Parts: sequence; structure tokens; C-alpha cells
Amino acid sequence: MLQPEPKREVLARRDAIVAGLREILPESGVIAETLRMKPYETDGLPAYRQMPLAVVLPETTEQVAAVLQFLHREGVRVIPRGAGTSLSGGALPLADAVVVGMMRMNRILEIDYADRCATVQAGVTNIGITNAVQGDGFFYAPDPSSQLACMIGGNVGMNSGGAHCLRYGVTANNLLGLRVVTIEGEIIDIGGHHLDAAGYDWLGLLTGSEGQLVVVTEVIVRILRGPEGARAMLAAFNSNEIAGQCVDSIISSGIIPVALEFMDRPAIHACEAFAHAGYPLDAEALLIIEVEGSVAEQDYLLGRIKQICGKFDPISLKVAESAEQSAAIWKGRKGAFGAVGRISPDYLCMDGTIPTGQLPLVLRRIGEMSDACGLKVANIFHAGDGNLHPLIMFDANDPASFATAEKFGADILRLCVEVGGCLTGEHGVGVEKRDLMPVQFSPDDLAQQRRIKDAFDPGWLLNPSKVFPLAAPHTQALAA
Amino acid sequence: MQTNFTAEQLRDPGIATANQILRTCVHCGMCTATCPTFVLLGDELDSPRGRIYLIKDMLESGRPATEEVARHVDRCLSCLSCMTTCPSGVHYMHLVDQARVVIEHTYRRPWHDRAARSLLAGLLPYPGRLRLAMLGASAVRPLRGAVPGNSVLAKRLRAMLALAPKRLPGPSALSGARVHKAEGTKRGRVALLAGCAQSVLDPDINDATIRLLTRLGVEVVVAQGAGCCGALTHHMGKHDPAMASARANIAAWVREADGAGLDAVVINASGCGTTVKDYGFMFRGEREQAQAERVAGLALDISEYLTKIGYAPTRDAPGLTVAYHAACSLQHGQKITGEPKALLRKAGFRVVEPAEGHLCCGSAGTYNIMQPDIAPRLRERKLENLRRTRPDLVAAGNIGCMTQLAGGGLPIVHTVQLLDWMAGGPVPAGINETRFDAGRQMNFSVSA
Ligand SMILES: Cc1cc2nc3c(=O)[nH]c(=O)nc-3n(C[C@H](O)[C@H](O)[C@H](O)COP(=O)(O)OP(=O)(O)OC[C@H]3O[C@@H](n4cnc5c(N)ncnc54)[C@H](O)[C@@H]3O)c2cc1C
Ligand code: SF4
Ligand code: SF4
Ligand code: SF4
Repeated sequence: MLQPEPKREVLARRDAIVAGLREILPESGVIAETLRMKPYETDGLPAYRQMPLAVVLPETTEQVAAVLQFLHREGVRVIPRGAGTSLSGGALPLADAVVVGMMRMNRILEIDYADRCATVQAGVTNIGITNAVQGDGFFYAPDPSSQLACMIGGNVGMNSGGAHCLRYGVTANNLLGLRVVTIEGEIIDIGGHHLDAAGYDWLGLLTGSEGQLVVVTEVIVRILRGPEGARAMLAAFNSNEIAGQCVDSIISSGIIPVALEFMDRPAIHACEAFAHAGYPLDAEALLIIEVEGSVAEQDYLLGRIKQICGKFDPISLKVAESAEQSAAIWKGRKGAFGAVGRISPDYLCMDGTIPTGQLPLVLRRIGEMSDACGLKVANIFHAGDGNLHPLIMFDANDPASFATAEKFGADILRLCVEVGGCLTGEHGVGVEKRDLMPVQFSPDDLAQQRRIKDAFDPGWLLNPSKVFPLAAPHTQALAA
Repeated sequence: MQTNFTAEQLRDPGIATANQILRTCVHCGMCTATCPTFVLLGDELDSPRGRIYLIKDMLESGRPATEEVARHVDRCLSCLSCMTTCPSGVHYMHLVDQARVVIEHTYRRPWHDRAARSLLAGLLPYPGRLRLAMLGASAVRPLRGAVPGNSVLAKRLRAMLALAPKRLPGPSALSGARVHKAEGTKRGRVALLAGCAQSVLDPDINDATIRLLTRLGVEVVVAQGAGCCGALTHHMGKHDPAMASARANIAAWVREADGAGLDAVVINASGCGTTVKDYGFMFRGEREQAQAERVAGLALDISEYLTKIGYAPTRDAPGLTVAYHAACSLQHGQKITGEPKALLRKAGFRVVEPAEGHLCCGSAGTYNIMQPDIAPRLRERKLENLRRTRPDLVAAGNIGCMTQLAGGGLPIVHTVQLLDWMAGGPVPAGINETRFDAGRQMNFSVSA
């Protein structure tokens, strides 16, 4: 992994910088011993690792502001970190950077049912928001599979999505406001308890900015009333391609299920071993389809979906009979990436988006590439919005295998762009895809995007080595 | 996840096992959020993924354990919530057990740490000694507020004294190694792990188990020579004493199984159950491996055994709401979640469950004594969640949890005591039956 040259003068002043941080934060909030920093050297993409200069764990927005002000003055790079579940290496440190971990900022600040919103600190987990309001019949809609662990600040950073985003939209569609700290240490509030913040769409700009523009400390999210009811169904098919055609057919019929998820054979087997959900083990491909509403609505929608599936010669069509069965079905799907750890020591999780009409073609091509390079791939993804997650299985103890996996992954993403899709659906660019950015964007596009970062962070201190290709000519600040 | 062991290192079976476990971990981080210490402390070093990483580093480097590794591994409750969460099936329990043994061998703890650990390891597994100590502790318990200072030492002493019951129950009439005959037609024969600490702290749990099982037609043997399961010393990384305890149990139960026969080894302290079910792994490569596997295969929690043979109440439903506290060793260690609740419902109780049911109460063997800064916070959090369910009483399947949660204003009893009560046994201590009103509402008062 190519990293920008660490700033020597920062490395040389390490002790003084750590001492300065200790003046701002309580003792347990600054971690500088080599061994204790170890768990922070990587995130959900452990193939890349880098020890940071230090780690800080602030507890308030004011502490974050003081830390940033200090680090800005000292010219030290900053890596914001939530739960460290990024699959694109978004939270990967730099040798001369301080990791700002948000996990201690885990309080729910306000729940406002009248305005249907909740104000929470950035380190609250995604599921934590739903847990706080579900007793009163509400929920927070975007549901990344990592929702048990990932934090709302990280979700904002990556504009995360999830299975139910087909109906409810991704993070960006469910945010009302942010409290952020700029690299200079200024605290800014954007938006409020209402839709459509005043002025330019700053929320839109900051959502998905991968920790490169500001550090988010508080988030106001929209909470929704839970549906009357929901039911999941499993549709099993003889091949990936047929299942892909079925997805396309469902979507083009005008029905929008709340979720429409796809798993291929290796994924089905791994997930069944974890969740015991009753997935059909004889199938080549499986669709998980969920509908919501009153029982009559559910019945009507499931009936129509069954009809469509019936045209694709399904092996089986099974509707969940109880809430427990639905829960098990989702437990398997949400644990899918980890469950692949049962069948392979390591995986690379790719994340590209394609027009749904291209699903059958893309799945076939991925299969061919897999055969050609000799690495197995498990396909698990949000089929409804064409967001692919091929999991390439490799062995990290074998460097050649890792290199092949990386190349295979890059080829898949190029294919996504080629068929009219894009490089990332919801996991962000991070370090993983930064060198592929020119496949999607022209040099002018990239320069324009860099200007935005310049405007917020002229010294390129915030998470600088992500998103933009390092090899390409860089802003002076980063090269300096 | 990538590992860096040399071929030489991998020849050590302990390292080979650790390597296998580490390779299943994909570093996804799902486990962090359900870990009690991460939830409280908000530092990845105190999360499962962080600990796995520290352990990996310690084992790969082959260096002696450092103070930091010891500190963060010591803070782990071994509650195994991370194993329930982990989609990859990472066997964290075997990994952390291995790490604890390495730490015990290569790290010299401060003297007061060593003293406290030796004291506990020399006391808890021995009912006779523990009884004496507890009698002493109960006597000086009122003085616990007078222990001065804020050192770990002072905090631990206060924690120990606070755990001692106000009045120590006398040894039970049913205690001791012997055979308890089945009533009526005999339907089965089981060995009961009579435990060590539990038999002193609350002998009625074993008594209730014996009463209930014999009434159901099951012969119960408390085997001569069986004692502590070994969990206690095992969790401290004290390998040899743990193996010695386990070996004694295996010998005793195999003798019974070969003799008059055993349908099961019934365990009513789930912490012990987790360990006995793991005997096969503990004795891998040892002479007794086959026997250990056989015993592990016979081990059943009391709730599993009752579900298997069938349980039915004989009394009318008491109209009480029971908050079921899922002991970690039951829900995470043994993956037993449905049975106890189903049995309680069958017995006629209304069963409610607290929020954050997956979080440990902080008891965790000797954790409540060794970690006086963290354990009370977990206890308070658990009690608060339990109180919010507005229960009449709390049921749990593990003595550790019962001791930890006692004195929090809620009567707490063992699940089997309630089942025994509804099937003809006495009202469990802690529930004072005062009167039944017309609506069958029982009034009770708390004797905590
Ligand atoms: C098993 C598994 C399943 C997943 N499933 C999904 C899925 O279904 N959908 C999906 O979209 N993603 C998924 N992900 C990816 C990941 O969980 C998301 O990207 C998530 O939003 C990251 O949150 P985090 O708290 O872990 O952030 P981190 O990984 O710590 O950080 C992510 C990025 O956000 C930045 N950041 C974090 N906190 C802040 C902050 N407070 N202010 C500014 N920047 C910040 C970081 O610098 C980094 O660039 C999955 C990951 C795993 C391991
Ligand atoms: S959930 Fe399992 S695979 Fe994921 S980091 Fe934790 S132990 Fe590793
Ligand atoms: S056993 Fe419990 S305390 Fe230890 S790491 Fe796992 S979840 Fe955390
Ligand atoms: S409860 Fe189990 S581990 Fe604890 S002392 Fe008793 S037998 Fe030993």
C-alpha cells in the first residue's frame, strides 16, 4: 500500500505532540504506547495496516475542537475513526497522523417524537438509534449489515446504505442536521429538526466525505414510524443469471419491495451455517425479498412477486411464517460477510453499483473472471439497487493470493464502470479504490473535487491519503 | 486474518490452535458493540477485536506478556457475548483461555494481584475453606464501609465483603456425596455437579434440583470424588489446578456411568456447565481425552434436562411476573436461550426480559472482586434494566449472577427453585408468601 511520505518534523516532535494532547484530554483518552495503539492500526480491511502517531478518544465536541485546533496548529494529520468497520480502509491511519476515535461519544442526546427526529453523538451505533426509539414504535431506517457495530458518524462519513434502503434511501436521505468541527477547531451546526436546511446543501456535501472535510460530532437523524408489519420471502433459483433476470423483472414491474437481496451458492452455505435460517442449500442463487404494510398489502405484494418469480423456474418459494423466521433470515443476511470467514480465511469485499438491467451480464462475467484467476467469489448484495458486493476469497498468508485478489477486485470495478455503473455503492472509496478513481473521473473532475477539499482543509490534514489517487499530481500541501 | 507464526511456533499445539482461531477472524468488528467492556470503556483495546489483536501480537512475538496485555485481557469477563455475535465462528473462548495461560506463565503481576488471585484460587473451589472464610466475612461485613483508601486493594476487599451474605445459610441436609432415590417409577439416573462455591453460598439450589428431579422420577447421584468443575482456576490461567479438578470429576462420573449408568451429568450453575461441556477440548491430546469427551457429551444444564424429560407444574399459577436474567454462560457459553423461559412460562409465571439482555452483570467468576471499577457499573446497569421491566422477582440460572445482583432491591432466585416450587416444593427463600388474594395475586415481600 502506497502511503504519502510521513512528515519527518512531525515524527520528530512526537513526544511534544503527545504531551500537548494529554493536556487537553483525560489520561485514558490519549493512547501513545506502541502496543496499545496496535488495535487501531487497521479497520474492516485488515489487509492494510499502519501504526498511527497516537490515538485520542475524546468525549465531547469541545474536546474534539480543542484537539483539532491543537493538531492543526502543529501541522499534524488527523484520521477520524468510528467503529473501524470500513471495508475500504477509510479509517486506516498514517504514521504521522493522530487517530481521533469517536467511540466514547456514544450518548443519545434528544429524542423528539413530535418532529420525528433524534439527536445523537457520532459514536452511537446505527442500531443504537433504533434501540432507543423502537419501544415507542419508531426506527432509524438505513440499516447497513454492520449496523450492530458501525457508528452514525461513520455512516455519515461513508453515506452508508443497507438492505432496506431500496425503500427508505441511504444515510443522506435520512439526515436532518450535523454538528461538525472543522480542522481549525471551529464548531459548526448545520440543519436542524426540519427537512431542507437553509442555504446550499451542506448536508449533502458533507455526507459521504469520508472524514476528509470535517469531523462529525453530533447527528440529527430522521426517525420513522415502524411499518404495520413485514414479511420476508426466499426465492431459490438454478443459476445466478436467472436470479439476476428475476430481480430485473421485479424492479421493472413497478413493485418496490422494502428489500431485495441476493446471495449465491457459497454465500448461502456460509450464512446457513451461522444463522440456521432454513436457506435452501440446493440452490445456486437465492433472493431475499421483503414487503411491508398491512397483512392484506403484504399478501397482495407477495402474491405478485411469487407470480413473477414463477416465470423463472424457481427451485422453491418460501414465505417466512413467523417473526422468528424473518429474524433468522435477516440474521443470516446481515452476518453474511463475516460468515464467509467460515469458508475462507480472508476476503476482499468489493462494492460497485450497476444498472439492474446489467445484473445477469455482470454476474456471468464475474464468474468467468473467478474461473480465470482461480479465486472463489461469493456474491452477496443489495440486488434491488444494483449494488454489488462480490466477496473475493483469498489467503492473506499467501502474498501471491492477495495480489491476485486485488487485481480481480479492480477488474470487477472496472466492469461496473464499463456497463454504466460506478465504483462504489456504499462502502466509500477509502484507500481501496482511490487508484481506480481515474477510471470513473477525468483529470478535470478530480481536480474539481480536490478543490472542495482544499476549501475545507487547505493543509490536507484530514484523512488526506484517501479517495484521491496518490500517484496523480497532488495538491502541494500533501506532497510537502 | 493474516497471521505470522514460524513453522517452529506452529509445532506447539497451543499456538497451532490459536493460529486456526485467528485465521477465522476477518476483523470485521461486529463483535465490538456487544462487548460489555467496550460499551462501558469505549476503547478498542477493551473490545473483543482489540483483545484478539493484542493476543495475536503477544503470541506471534513470543515475548512475555506485558502489563498492557495483562490489563486488557484481565478486563475481559469471558462472558462470550462476542462469540454469539461473531458471524465467522471465531472461538474466542479457547483463544483467551490460551492467552490467560501464557500471561500466568510469563507475566509477574504486582504482589497484591498475585495475593488476591491465590487467595481466591485457594478458597472458592473448596467448600470447607470457603464456608469458614464466608462465616468470617459475614461477621465483619458490616465493617466494609470502614475499609479505607482508594487503592485496588481496598476496593477489592470491600467488594469481597459486600459479596458475603448477611447470614450464611447452614449446610443442607441433602448435601454430601450420596444417591438420592427416585420417587415412584424410576425414569432416569443422573449425576449432579454439586459444585463448590454454590453449595456454600446457596445450598438450596442443589436441594431444589434434587427435590424436583427425584419427584419427577429421576435418581440423582452426587458422585464421590467429584467437586469443583475447574472453571474458576481455569479462567485465572491456572492450568494445572484446573486440570486436576476436571480430572477428578471425569474419573468420578465415568465410574458412575460405567456402574449404575448415567443419562446425564446435570449442572445447575451455568458457569460450570460451560466448562464441563468443554472438557473434551481441555483434554485434547491427553490420556483421558476419550473419557473427557464422554463426560462433556453427558453434560446438560438443568433446563435442558428438564425440557428433555418433560416438566409440568402441580400448583396453580401464582400470578407473578418473573424477569429472566440470562446468565452469559447460559446464553453465550452454552447457547441456551429458549429453554429456561419456556419452563418458567410452563410453570405459570409471566416472563419478561430486560433490555440489553446480552450484557453481562459483571459477576463473571472472580471478576467482581478483581475488577472493582468495572463490575459495579455493569451490576448497576443490569439492575436498572431489570427494574424497568417491573418484575415481582428475578430468575437466573447461575449462582454468580445471583450473588452479584443480590441486594439490589429485587428478590433473585434460581430458575430451578421456582420450577421446584410450582411442582410441589417449598417457597424459595427471598419470596415471602403472605397471602393470596381473590385474584390469585400473591403478595410477597422482599427479604433482601
Ligand atoms: C460485516 C460488514 C458489513 C457491512 N455492511 C455494510 C452495508 O450493508 N452497507 C454499508 O453501507 N456499509 C457496510 N459496511 C461498511 C461499514 O460498516 C460502513 O462504511 C460504516 O458506515 C462505517 O462506520 P464506522 O463507524 O465503522 O466508521 P469507520 O470505519 O471507523 O470510518 C469510516 C469512514 O468514516 C470516517 N469517519 C468515521 N467517523 C467519523 C466522524 N465522526 N466524522 C467524520 N468522519 C468520520 C472515517 O475517517 C472513515 O473514512 C460493512 C462493514 C462490515 C465489516
Ligand atoms: S465478529 Fe468475529 S470475525 Fe469479526 S472481528 Fe469479531 S471475532 Fe473477528
Ligand atoms: S468475552 Fe465478553 S468481555 Fe471478553 S471480549 Fe468477549 S464480549 Fe468482551
Ligand atoms: S461454580 Fe463451578 S467453577 Fe465456580 S466454584 Fe463452583 S464448581 Fe467451581
